[in-house]
Amino acid sequence: MAHLSEPAKLRWGELEEDDGEDLDFLLPPRQVIGPDENGIKRVIEYKFDDDGNKVKITTTTRTRKLANARVSKRAIERRSWPKFGDAVQEDVGARLTMVSTEEILLERPKAIGSNKEDSSNIDPLAHQKGAVLMVCRTCGKKGDHWTSRCPYKDLAQPAEGFVDKPPAADGAAAAAAGGKGAYVPPSLRAGAERTTGSDMRRRNDENSVRVTNLSEDTREPDLLELFRPFGTVSRVYVAIDQKTGMSRGFGFVNFVSREDAQRAINKLNGYGYDNLILRVEWATPRTT
Amino acid sequence: MRPILMKGHERPLTFLKYNRDGDLLFSCAKDHNPTVWFADNGERLGTYRGHNGAVWCCDVTRDSGRLITGSADQTAKLWNVQTGQQLFTFNFDSPAKSVDFSVGDKLAVITTDPFMELSSAIHIKRIAKDPADQIGESVRVIKGPQGRINRAVWGPLNQTIISGGEDSILRIWDTETGKLLKETDKESGHKKTITSLVKSADGSHFLTGSLDKSAKLWDSRTLTLIKTYVTGSPVNGVAMSPLLDHVVLGGGQEASAVTTTDHRAGKFEAKFYDKILQEEIGGVKGHFGPINALAFNPDGKSFSSGGEDGYVRLHHFDPEYFNIKI
Repeated sequence: MAHLSEPAKLRWGELEEDDGEDLDFLLPPRQVIGPDENGIKRVIEYKFDDDGNKVKITTTTRTRKLANARVSKRAIERRSWPKFGDAVQEDVGARLTMVSTEEILLERPKAIGSNKEDSSNIDPLAHQKGAVLMVCRTCGKKGDHWTSRCPYKDLAQPAEGFVDKPPAADGAAAAAAGGKGAYVPPSLRAGAERTTGSDMRRRNDENSVRVTNLSEDTREPDLLELFRPFGTVSRVYVAIDQKTGMSRGFGFVNFVSREDAQRAINKLNGYGYDNLILRVEWATPRTT
Repeated sequence: MRPILMKGHERPLTFLKYNRDGDLLFSCAKDHNPTVWFADNGERLGTYRGHNGAVWCCDVTRDSGRLITGSADQTAKLWNVQTGQQLFTFNFDSPAKSVDFSVGDKLAVITTDPFMELSSAIHIKRIAKDPADQIGESVRVIKGPQGRINRAVWGPLNQTIISGGEDSILRIWDTETGKLLKETDKESGHKKTITSLVKSADGSHFLTGSLDKSAKLWDSRTLTLIKTYVTGSPVNGVAMSPLLDHVVLGGGQEASAVTTTDHRAGKFEAKFYDKILQEEIGGVKGHFGPINALAFNPDGKSFSSGGEDGYVRLHHFDPEYFNIKI
């Protein structure tokens, strides 16, 4: 609001050079214009800056009248009271009172009911009707999804036909082991019986998409809603700080199919979400 | 809403008070100068210079003529609101923590902290109409509670004084005799220090905030517990809307823990609760430190909060606020 400008009309600059410091008497007096009918008040002040240049400071303020504000007579009287104490020498530049640049809202807490609803929506196909004939052989759910699209298929115990497991996961495991010749723990060796622990890890790595730069309000249902349009999501996870209970700003989304995941990455990387720009990428397999 | 930020104090805020018409806002802070602001636009009207210690509390008469302040410099002072002139000084032997004018502004209650060998005390002073006639003698001194008395206010018809403090017990005293009439029991009462106490507009009930992370609503006459509002962090300041059935709790983690944890853990929010349903309506963020003081404008259309960060934030509600439904 305050804008600085060099003096235009008068050439006080020449006078300044004559004697050094206190030239305040040379400055034009402070001017107060208004407030006019729009409530705009302009205060013009002059001062010397550090280099001895004369600076004109114009401060424009607008007083807005609140509609149908009822004020008592005494309050109107008080309005014209002279300033006292430290407020007397208050200069225009002090800016003790500022209007927040940030819009602050009364943030409503998330209703408990709506949260429940969200968690029931996690299964995206649950609400599709007219699919009673579908019976999933992996999880046994009826009318929910086909076996091939079962979101819980990685949770299920590996079937006897373990050989035809997706090669991607195998590659990840091999990469983690550090190539040939290196020590491979028995649980990761080919044909070894998988324990649930490694199975969990495999699940985490499969078609897993890392989402970073999430806003701290983002919860798993929000993320699910964001990623659901790209395909069946098998897992959504948002990292929560254990101490504070707040989101740590990143999360993982697992897709059932790799293509869906790739589409989601293509589409959502750099997508503006909750005034932040999302970063969506393949989650690198953990090396631990 | 876009709050108005008032940066007049250099130290943490301790107390906020609106005058009855709601056009002036008085702020007290740990710097030594209580300040008065115009409550509509936040413009500073003046400061009251003369205290030599943190100012803990203030009260203003119904006609907005006099201001009383209690300070850690072991004095309570009377001021001319308009000119900032000091009218009288009550001297004590320990810091004055809380001040409150009675109905009719003829009496004032001042509490003093325990200090050296002195125990805490509640002093009742007569306030003379003409400052020239003012005397420093107490009409009555009530002693008894252990620890600091953080707040003492007048009960209905000035017949009682309600006090609460570090011993986490609320007490009702008889003004005439100085006898203890009622006190809260362990079950319904607060578990930790009572930090703040505010009366409803009609004085029939009052709200207390405590470090036990709750605020409680009490009947002024019977001292029966009416409602409890539970929140996630210690409560330093409370306020009650005179217009809607809303209560506001302000607080946050202790100031000493602020630098050691994530800023989001601080919960420096003013939390709105439905007075009757005890359910949270929402929170207003903005402070960089715990909220120490809260006050509602008597018209119920704005409220202000004062924080450990030295800012007073004045919030004029958006129209939507008045239509909030649970």
